[in-house]
Amino acid sequence: MKVTILDYGAGNVPSVERALQRMGAESLRTSSPDCISGAQALLLPGVGHYAALVRALDEKNLRAPLVGAIRSGVPFLGICLGLQVLFKSSEEASQLQGLNLLPGIVNALPPGVKLPHMGWNQVKKKRESSLLAGIDAGAYFYFAHSYAALDSNGATAATCSHGAEFAAVIEQQNIYAVQFHPEKSGDSGARVLQNFLRLAA
Amino acid sequence: MSLAHRIIPCLDTDGDRVVKGVNFVGLRDAGDPVALAARYNAEGADELVVLDIAASRDRRPTFLETIRRVAAELAIPLTAGGGIRTLEDGRAVVRAGADKVTVNTAAVERPALISELSREFGAQAVVLAIDAKRSGDHWDVMVRGGRESASRDALEWARLAVAAGAGEILLTSVDRDGTQSGFDVALTAAISRAVTVPVIASGGAKLPEHFVEIFQQGAADAALAASIFHDEVQSIRTLKEFLAASGVEVRLPC
Repeated sequence: MKVTILDYGAGNVPSVERALQRMGAESLRTSSPDCISGAQALLLPGVGHYAALVRALDEKNLRAPLVGAIRSGVPFLGICLGLQVLFKSSEEASQLQGLNLLPGIVNALPPGVKLPHMGWNQVKKKRESSLLAGIDAGAYFYFAHSYAALDSNGATAATCSHGAEFAAVIEQQNIYAVQFHPEKSGDSGARVLQNFLRLAA
Repeated sequence: MSLAHRIIPCLDTDGDRVVKGVNFVGLRDAGDPVALAARYNAEGADELVVLDIAASRDRRPTFLETIRRVAAELAIPLTAGGGIRTLEDGRAVVRAGADKVTVNTAAVERPALISELSREFGAQAVVLAIDAKRSGDHWDVMVRGGRESASRDALEWARLAVAAGAGEILLTSVDRDGTQSGFDVALTAAISRAVTVPVIASGGAKLPEHFVEIFQQGAADAALAASIFHDEVQSIRTLKEFLAASGVEVRLPC
């Protein structure tokens, strides 16, 4: 199985590629609408500003094929901004539309704590999680963000807390997403990626 | 359950070698950056910082190649910098595999550099390095490798830089750097309370107790050190076990 990584120009694609390589998975980076439509599994990495991601998806005409592929059941893994873009919109750029595949919006983390939420934190399972299978309950994952999906909904499999509780792991049918960076989260992160590869196979 | 305090080894590099010295004087070879990066990644380092301390234009390609080779070894975040003067310099280190860019002297001279990097990569990718030195009742910002005063108050500069888009501060005490007498608790606590972003304390670490002190009294979010790790005065693993036993929340390696 080959993982198609959406390369929209601002994501940390090389880090994700290297992480997949380390576990022997084949990957292809693309910004072509056709490659997305024909993908076996899709991965949307993300760092930076929400607006940059949304604008790039639209400028490169990737929104429709991406939404189409996800709706048709192609296994999808979103990382960080790749999780946030699944919702209707984000307070980081409220004039822009997200992919609207999940209900609710992405909010700014509340003040009173150090922001960005940067570093290693633990997650709390809300229910059984396929992405977290085989990972110790006390495992740490690397986060680097100031916005998060605070609305808890049925898609949230695990949460993390920093000023407020937010969605750390999302699983809904073929939609998988994590707010942390598995590609930067050592062994526990590698296990999350492996779990996704297994689920997508 | 809360955010773990981070331990960050730093590789000061000149071309393709790690070097060390007190205040950039008397540099000595301290090893291969790729081998050290692999070791720290395995020992449970939470991040890695790679600085080009020579920062000469003609050796920049060698430094970028070092970033690429180091990044290939890591399953943890990588911060790179040293001599970053323009947005294009920042792009080059990010493209080479760095997750965050650190800026120092050039940002003091032209604070817009912080906003430019922050707009392109997000605040979480912009680390402002401040070299601070005690001067009477305040701390002065030092530039050019800690040698020259910028005649600017460190607390004021930190606040301004955060407003401009810096997502983290790497704070080095010029007074403590290389002394191995412990981190500067007063400086770190003052900066950490003055800003809303995480603060990485640097300069003066030797003993495990120094790390406990900077987290518990200095309000540091992370602590950085170089030669004590390179020389194996401290192993990251035993340091983290000591911190955990002292009640400091850390991510213990498996």
